[in-house]
Amino acid sequence: MFDEGYFNLGYLDTLSYKNTFVHRLDPRAKLIATVAFVVTVVSFPKYEITGLLPFFLFPVLLFSLGDIPVKFILKKVLLVSSFALFIGIFNPLLDRQIVYSCWGFPVSRGWISFFSIMLKFFLTITSALLLIATTSFPGICHALRKLGVPGIFISQLLFLYRYLFVLVEEAMKAVRARDMRSFGRQGKGMKTFVSLVGTLFLRTVERAERIYQAMLSRGFSGNLHLMRPHRVSGADIVFLSSTMVLLYLFRVHDVVGAMGSLSMGTF
Amino acid sequence: MSHHIVEFQDVRYHYPDGTAALNGLSLRITHGEAVGIVGANGAGKSTLLLHINGSILPASGSIIIGDLQLTAQTRKEVRKKVGMIFQNPDDQLFMPTVYDDVAFGPLNLGLGRERAAERVEEALRIVGCQGLRDRPPHHLSSGQKSSVAIASVIAMQPEILVMDEPASSLDPRSRRQLINLLNAFDHTKIVASHDLDFILETCERCIIVRDGRVMADGAAETVLADKTLLEENNLELPLSLKNNPLPRHKGAAMNDLDKLKHLIEHWKEHNKEHARTYREWAGKAASLGKNDLAGVLGEIAAETSRIDELFIKADGLLG
Amino acid sequence: MHMADALLSPAVGAAFWAGTVGTISYCSKKLTDTMEEKLIPLMGVLGAFIFAAQMINFTIPGTGSSGHLGGGMILAVILGPYAAFIVMASVLTVQALFFADGGLLALGCNIWNLGLYPCFVAYPLIFRPLAGSGGSRRRLTIASLLGGVVGLQLGAISVVIETLLSGRSELPFSTFALLMQPIHLAIGVVEGIVTAGVINFIRAARPEILEGSLSARPLSAHLPIKKVFIGFLVAAVLTGGVMSWFASSNPDGLEWSIQKVFGRPDLPGQTSGIAHALKSIQEKTALLPDYGFRKADDDKGRASATSVSGLIGSALVLAGVLLIGYIIRALRRKSA
Ligand SMILES: Nc1ncnc2c1ncn2[C@@H]1O[C@H](COP(=O)(O)OP(=O)(O)O)[C@@H](O)[C@H]1O
Ligand SMILES: [Mg+2]
Repeated sequence: MFDEGYFNLGYLDTLSYKNTFVHRLDPRAKLIATVAFVVTVVSFPKYEITGLLPFFLFPVLLFSLGDIPVKFILKKVLLVSSFALFIGIFNPLLDRQIVYSCWGFPVSRGWISFFSIMLKFFLTITSALLLIATTSFPGICHALRKLGVPGIFISQLLFLYRYLFVLVEEAMKAVRARDMRSFGRQGKGMKTFVSLVGTLFLRTVERAERIYQAMLSRGFSGNLHLMRPHRVSGADIVFLSSTMVLLYLFRVHDVVGAMGSLSMGTF
Repeated sequence: MSHHIVEFQDVRYHYPDGTAALNGLSLRITHGEAVGIVGANGAGKSTLLLHINGSILPASGSIIIGDLQLTAQTRKEVRKKVGMIFQNPDDQLFMPTVYDDVAFGPLNLGLGRERAAERVEEALRIVGCQGLRDRPPHHLSSGQKSSVAIASVIAMQPEILVMDEPASSLDPRSRRQLINLLNAFDHTKIVASHDLDFILETCERCIIVRDGRVMADGAAETVLADKTLLEENNLELPLSLKNNPLPRHKGAAMNDLDKLKHLIEHWKEHNKEHARTYREWAGKAASLGKNDLAGVLGEIAAETSRIDELFIKADGLLG
Repeated sequence: MHMADALLSPAVGAAFWAGTVGTISYCSKKLTDTMEEKLIPLMGVLGAFIFAAQMINFTIPGTGSSGHLGGGMILAVILGPYAAFIVMASVLTVQALFFADGGLLALGCNIWNLGLYPCFVAYPLIFRPLAGSGGSRRRLTIASLLGGVVGLQLGAISVVIETLLSGRSELPFSTFALLMQPIHLAIGVVEGIVTAGVINFIRAARPEILEGSLSARPLSAHLPIKKVFIGFLVAAVLTGGVMSWFASSNPDGLEWSIQKVFGRPDLPGQTSGIAHALKSIQEKTALLPDYGFRKADDDKGRASATSVSGLIGSALVLAGVLLIGYIIRALRRKSA
């Protein structure tokens, strides 16, 4: 499980440094668009299904324009330990009032609301993963800083990201050593865990001391300056405004209904 | 102002846990010298280097850097003269991208954004890493990390370069590049290492340290060829001297011809790197639809590649 | 357990974001004023440490299932509540992005649930008084155990409340709470034991690291929990009000949604084409024709015709979306 987790982390991170149209967009524009998307999706009421379908356009566009491997992200979405699934599955059990029979199957309200939760789950989780797959983490931090998030929190995020991979690798080595020496169950017990994590902690503190020395010797005096000449381009404006317009249209208008009646008319 | 740039006089230091790391250490280093500090593990090399930029202050004795006596008050000024490159590049490169990392020092010096940006470009060019500017450090190879670490320090334009075990995590090719790079600098250089071959190739002078004291000090060629002296200090003859007891004055004070040879080798590396960068960007320009621009960039790349031959020719003429 | 976007309403999500943002700003201000600059790299690297440590699991004795480290409590003990909260918030942010734990809207709730309670309730009100100054090994163990349990219990009940307020789940409060609290009691005990172990380990090796937390610092009675809480309430009421006003101006409720899924009664029936064919198939396969709306509907033919229109519309939208994606991919391949 550990290695898989790490592999995913590293691969997702590598994806974010690609150079496509979507990757080149201003991180602020992508961040705002993603948040607007998530809020719009969850703003649909409990029993909504058809209204959510047009929203699949957004992930599909990002997948294809950003050249993101679909299987990888879908696998990640499916593997997410889903609290939503765990809670949502109670709806069909608790709300059994049958409201319709579709193709001969009785459909209860609980199933409709459960299905709605699943659609929302898929859309929101995919959009978060797509944001990080198309925007480098430092880029997101710069965007947050520009949007007014406190500097301390930003430098915290930057350091966390910088040392994440270093420490995860260190932890991975320790875990491999543990697993190799523990043939049965015993080595995975709490005692080994405590000394493993404790040792990792002490090494981390020593590393922090060395980093601080390195920072001081390059003149650190309390501020992390960031330089990134991000200029908002025409593409960013077009991207953000068209996203907003589409979100509004999809939220307010019944696209599926319109397509349905259109098809009934033409066929 | 004295002509010494670094001067230690009877310096003693013990760590908070009581370990005595320096026991009356004295040395003098002149402007422009390249000095290797060698010694077994735990001899006190790192502790010595940490004193040079005031990361730690001596318990007794005095240290002069440039024309400043090192004290708690002057350590900030001292640090501007001393570019310290730490042993582990992962500790040295703490910013999320190469660019931000190299810019860290210049911005702390109070340079404006534009001047800082110039410094960054210049430093990255010198170490041949312009292509890496937007990469996060964890996507770099260890050789690249070590080059960027050097860039992050020379962007501050220090007078003295101090390095702790710079070659310890490098593969042979990156190690060779680092040697060429160091030999192209005119800074005062102080390099601690137990890779004696590395010292032999980069330093003209060598100091042996044991138990926090100077045990020997002299021309690298002589000190590092003295088998009994080295063994007394738990060191071994450098590999290159083992097979070939009379070296071609590699470690000796370099005359200008030798320096030129190193420089040409270094320029050649750079030139290749530049040509590659031009070609990459030509490709990118083409994919952006700027075909004319791509054409010109392609021509620049081709011209640059042709210069390779001139360098090879120059190398040949040196003999 | 991580709260998820799909279970949230915008109003609840926004309210908890408001509370979280308020707390982050407050902590940042507090830290900017008082913090030693040495703490900046330490906090950052400890965030990475918590992240890495959470990826390691261990076997819980007697169960065979596995547990991992919580983090909030250890951070609070080492860094104090303000810095610990900031670090916890950053860890959860990175997890929300890279592991998709919960999602972006739910991140506000998750920082609140997993950061605020350990740092600003369990640490100052449970751990500090119990551990005492320079506490013994046993006191430390008990303090971290109880601190861990209380922090997680509060976090769990918070998840229940957030879900209920959002109204996407059918679970009634009592059932939900009975489901959540015991699970989290077990998790809390295990986490507490592990936390105690790690803290004792650190104390044995580098006692000076914990000095700040266990020695003379005055008991944090001045912690602004009240202030934070009141700020949160105000923010919650404001955003809740605005959002529900926005929501009510849109058609809402079951009837409207069901109609959209299964069709509108005012569309004319079809007598030819694909729609008609599908309709007749549906009529033939309708084994239980007398349920719900259908029973109430006196014109069965029309209702099923429009339901078919809903299904076709859905299929068309999805097919169109996929087609767009496929075409873009194909074009990219070609140009590459
Ligand atoms: N942070 C420290 N705390 C205590 N003792 C230390 C510390 N760092 C180094 N030492 C001790 O100081 C002595 C000199 O170490 P160091 O300068 O690192 O040697 P070198 O770099 O030559 O291997 C050794 O005995 C070492 O164990
Ligand atoms: Mg050393």
